[in-house]
Amino acid sequence: MKQFDALTRKKDREPVRYLIVDDSVFARKSLAKMIESFGGQVIGEAGDGCTAITEYTRTKPDIVLMDITMPQMEGIEAVERIVQEHPDARIVMVSSVGYQDNILAALQKGARHFVQKPVKPDALYEIIRYVLNDDGVTVTVGAGQEKSR
Amino acid sequence: MRMDLIQPFIGSLDAVLAEMMKAPAKIVDLTMEVKGYRRKGAAAVVTFRGQIEGRVILDMDPGAAAQVASLLFGKDVAPDEAIIKETVCELANMVIGNAVTQLNDGGFQFKVFPPEVVAQEECAETGKDSEATILCFETASGNVYLNIVMKYLQRRSRERSAVPVA
Repeated sequence: MKQFDALTRKKDREPVRYLIVDDSVFARKSLAKMIESFGGQVIGEAGDGCTAITEYTRTKPDIVLMDITMPQMEGIEAVERIVQEHPDARIVMVSSVGYQDNILAALQKGARHFVQKPVKPDALYEIIRYVLNDDGVTVTVGAGQEKSR
Repeated sequence: MRMDLIQPFIGSLDAVLAEMMKAPAKIVDLTMEVKGYRRKGAAAVVTFRGQIEGRVILDMDPGAAAQVASLLFGKDVAPDEAIIKETVCELANMVIGNAVTQLNDGGFQFKVFPPEVVAQEECAETGKDSEATILCFETASGNVYLNIVMKYLQRRSRERSAVPVA
């Protein structure tokens, strides 16, 4: 897989910490592989919205990648609950179901962006960079600098 | 069955297979059936409820599923049963999710449920008023089948709100 310039946290230059929420183990593995190519660290995974809420509180990730259609509690409800408790939470919806009403609902509940499956690594990287840079969370470390870290 | 309901699934499967398998796929067969459906390989079903109700089964030859799994993981994957089932579920999620997105944006409103593995060899008959449309896509690694059963219950919101011409 293509390697991207690493995204690191501005405050300590450590890798960006991700929470992946998807009911498909396969999708989680695929996203984890992309995150690895972005120089990030997966600090938690969840297979439904309820677990996502507890995992968010436990791990305090820099960013969450959240599926929409999941058993028990769907992604949009999980976004609402997480953002109620943690207003600065950065959540990017990653779903194959991307109709306007769904995207709008997710954004209204506090999601920052939306990526449609199948996920293209370049598109996800740009969106994550945009969301994190917008809050001044990250700096991008060039490939050469990353090797010497 | 209305073709405007089927077309998004054809387009979506075509696009997702091209993206996931990095090679073109072509439709080699289209049949309509009311009898029970016999599973061809590894299959997952997605159901939906709302203005359109029904289900779509994505059914893949194990070789095709293994190729998608390998491409997703970025390395050759042993085609064991668990990985193949996971692959089919995720692919079903993408194909059907993308199609549902087009239908919803076209004014049809319904809810989609997460994919489930189809374990039984044979599915129940579809019933008198809803025959199944079965599409067979050929890929270099094996065939991929879409079995679509949909019942259209209401007019689209756009049509409902249209002002009748006197």
